[in-house]
This record gives sequence, structure tokens and C-alpha cells, in this order.
Amino acid sequence: MRYLTALLIGLVFGTGIAISGMINPAKVLNFFDIAGTWDPSLAFVMGGALLVAIPGYRLVFRRQRPLFETGFQLPGTTLIDTRLVLGSLTFGIGWGIAGFCPGGALPALGTGIPQVFLFVGALIAGLLIARGVKMVQSQRQAAHAS
Amino acid sequence: METAFTPLASLGGGLLIGTAAVLLMAVHGRIFGATGILSGLLSTRITQDWGIRASLLIGMMAAPLALLLLTGKGPVVQIPIGNLAIVLGGVLVGIGVSYGGGCTSGHGVCGNARFSRRSMIATLVFMAGAFLSVFITRHVLGGF
Repeated sequence: MRYLTALLIGLVFGTGIAISGMINPAKVLNFFDIAGTWDPSLAFVMGGALLVAIPGYRLVFRRQRPLFETGFQLPGTTLIDTRLVLGSLTFGIGWGIAGFCPGGALPALGTGIPQVFLFVGALIAGLLIARGVKMVQSQRQAAHAS
Repeated sequence: METAFTPLASLGGGLLIGTAAVLLMAVHGRIFGATGILSGLLSTRITQDWGIRASLLIGMMAAPLALLLLTGKGPVVQIPIGNLAIVLGGVLVGIGVSYGGGCTSGHGVCGNARFSRRSMIATLVFMAGAFLSVFITRHVLGGF
């Protein structure tokens, strides 16, 4: 049952991505190209999503717990540091080069277009590179502390 | 490559994305972040958590086909860049979202919807990064 609800929720998300145009790199890149072939459509995507999510979250958090779990899993950190800023900047630069963000690319895999698989492969490589670097860093810190 | 201005379709799609985010929190108590879903799948331990992430991914990937079956038209995906740019962009996105702790869905929709300051700053920075990157690739370097 849990897996079925997750699958359906994924389908709703993916359909939203597909209808909205976030699935289309040409449209995403044009959103950021104010000096050229500007297409402001994608502002309506985040606007529409927040229009539902802001009041929706309020209603959900009034409940004690989610339907299938004992509690809500929310990010504990509120730290605003260079990792957050430089990481987000790097993401933005990559997004502006490729036109795909992770939420746009994962549903796009379903189209079977080979370049989407190339992007997601590179995305996974990037995630693993960062994971490796973080591991080495934390090991060094641990060695330094002991 | 020009694309048509589609405020209604984009708004409608956005409403669905927001609905999915609210449903995932209401039913499973999680943030809908594409980065977190994918990153959690890159684990060798197969747990119930892994199964939920895999189900979300399968649901997402089924969307283009579902749309094709329902409307007779699949989504438009136009890729106006070369393979080198796809790989470079992909690696940068992967490293960036890992350090930044989220992407357009996790920070941009879910984090902002609960007024997380961290997410608001991340969103401003990655949007600025993308504007800058498109300006440089298209108008300074003259396209990839």
C-alpha cells in the first residue's frame, strides 16, 4: 500500500512536471534568457506549486503525524553556510548549462530520449563525486581530532 | 530556439507539483525533493525507505506515458545543447545539489512552502546562478 501511494504521488508530480514545461530544457533555458528568447512561463510553475503547498503544508502540520508514519521527517539543519551558498550556485550554473534540474530530468527519463539518460548519468556521477569528497573530508577531520 | 509562452499549462502543472508535495507530506511525512529521492536510491541497503523512493521514481517516470495515453500527446522535450554541455551541466548539478542540500523541488517548492530561510537563500542563489550561466553561455560565449 505504501509503495502504491508513493507511486501515485510520483505520477502526480511527474505529470505536473510534464504539463508545466519543466520537462523541456529548451523552455527552462529560455526562462533564464531574459536578454534573448525569453519565455517567462516557468515562473507560473513555482507560483502554482507554492499556491497549493503553502496552505497544504499548514493543514498537514496541524495533524499529529502522517498517515503511514509515526512522524514527519523534516530537515533538522537551519544552518546558512558557504556549503549551502556555493552548492546552490554550482547547481544553478549547471542548470543553466544543461536546462535540466533533477525534478525535471527524472520524469523525462520516461520519454526514452537518450540525452536524458546521459544527463541523469552525469547527475549521479556528480552526486557520487560530492559524496566521496565529503567522506574523505570527514575522515580527515576525524583523524585530525584524534 | 523559441518556445511558446504557456502560462495556463505551467500554472496547472505547478498546481499538480504542489499537490504531490502536500500529499507526500500528508501520507509519508517526507519532503518531495528529487535530489533526496535519487541520492537515497544510490545506496546498497535495500530498506522500506529505499522502496518508497523507488516507487516515487517509477511513478515520475511513468508520467510521460500516462500523459500520452490520456491526451494522445506526450510531453515536448527539446534539447538545444550538445552532449558535452549535457554532461558538464549534469555533473555540476549533481555536485551542487549535494552540497546545497536540495534542488528546485526540495528547496524551491517544499522548503519555501514551509518558509525555511535556508531554502529561500538556496532558491535565490541557484536562480541567480542559472540566469548568470545562461547569459554567459548564450550571450558571451555565443552558445554551446
